[in-house]
Amino acid sequence: MSAYAADVAALARKDLRLELRTRETLPAMLLFVVATLVVFHFALPPRAGHDAAYGLLWVALVFTALLGLGRAWVPEREGSVLDGLVLAPCDRSAIWLGKTLATLAFLVGVEVIALPAFAVFFAPLPVRALAGVALANLGICAVGSLVAAMAAAGRTRELILPLLFLPLAIPLIVGGVGATISPHKAEYLLFLVLYDAVFSILSWAAFEYVVTE
Amino acid sequence: MIKADRVEKRYGRAWALRSVSFELGAGELLLVTGPNGSGKTTLLRLIAGLATPTRGTLTVSAGRADVGYLGHEPLVYRDLTGLENLDLYGRLYRIRERRERIGMSLERFGLWDARNERVSTYSRGMVQRLALCRALLHDPALLVLDEPFTALDDRAAALLDTELAAFAAVKTLVVSTHDPERIDDFATQRLALA
Repeated sequence: MSAYAADVAALARKDLRLELRTRETLPAMLLFVVATLVVFHFALPPRAGHDAAYGLLWVALVFTALLGLGRAWVPEREGSVLDGLVLAPCDRSAIWLGKTLATLAFLVGVEVIALPAFAVFFAPLPVRALAGVALANLGICAVGSLVAAMAAAGRTRELILPLLFLPLAIPLIVGGVGATISPHKAEYLLFLVLYDAVFSILSWAAFEYVVTE
Repeated sequence: MIKADRVEKRYGRAWALRSVSFELGAGELLLVTGPNGSGKTTLLRLIAGLATPTRGTLTVSAGRADVGYLGHEPLVYRDLTGLENLDLYGRLYRIRERRERIGMSLERFGLWDARNERVSTYSRGMVQRLALCRALLHDPALLVLDEPFTALDDRAAALLDTELAAFAAVKTLVVSTHDPERIDDFATQRLALA
């Protein structure tokens, strides 16, 4: 394993260990997504159709991810641990990548429950919808980890994070819903791949400037 | 090792540090004193590489791997154990014989018995000792210590006196403190911030 991969693995493993110990993020995300789906179940008119339900699924997933991202850098904020990580001689982008992978693991963990629940109560999920969710997860976590780090530095982080993240997540919602309901599913999936590639590279390159004064 | 030429730092509209100049060679100890708000912490953060000057030039001829920094905060995860925290830093600093060094460090600062307890259960003094372990773990050539005696009991403070005396002979140190008498004998330069 390269030194960079070892650093990323150590940082991601630390986040998973912290979550296993404190159980502060994953249960909150699970409760939120289940509660949201229950509310949508009663809010959606009986004749609304599957397309409307698919749209609501994306609302639930994006806001659940937002909840997880809001907590992503809390352990680093306490005790100014981020300063310690920034001082370490590893590539600073490894800090972002470790956090992105840990957040991705939490989001996938939530979706393991949420997607079957959605399929049971709302509409079946075709493979292309699952592919859309998988691709959108990458973009959500890559961009979200960066903007969450930016927001974590400020005092108004609860306000800043949605303001920064939601506009950046709109293309993911468009791509995800399009991949699910549009006849041009391949184009929407390709759009998600491009978004992931471009924004992951931008986030990877920008992280160092976000965490230094 | 460090050359500061009219270094200034501003946060927003407030100046945290005004026109500081000094030159510190390898193996010297710079003692930084001054009242609260005089810019001691800001200067030490600049030297450690956690911030960049707004004006002036600051040259530190030590890479990140050669700098050990102790700040006001311990820079350790509260919900990891002392051992897990040091192990993470040991990996990131690519320390050879990591486990042995961590064990020796914990033993030296009296934390061996508490190594598997979460940091959130430590007393303030224990957290400060763990922070010292973290700062010294990779055997840095440049040590930047901001109020290192904070929260230490007499025994731990005496141990740190001994450590600093040993470091002063072989390493470059920048130390800020409200208790300058403790290390005044080792200081080769003094900087009083107003």
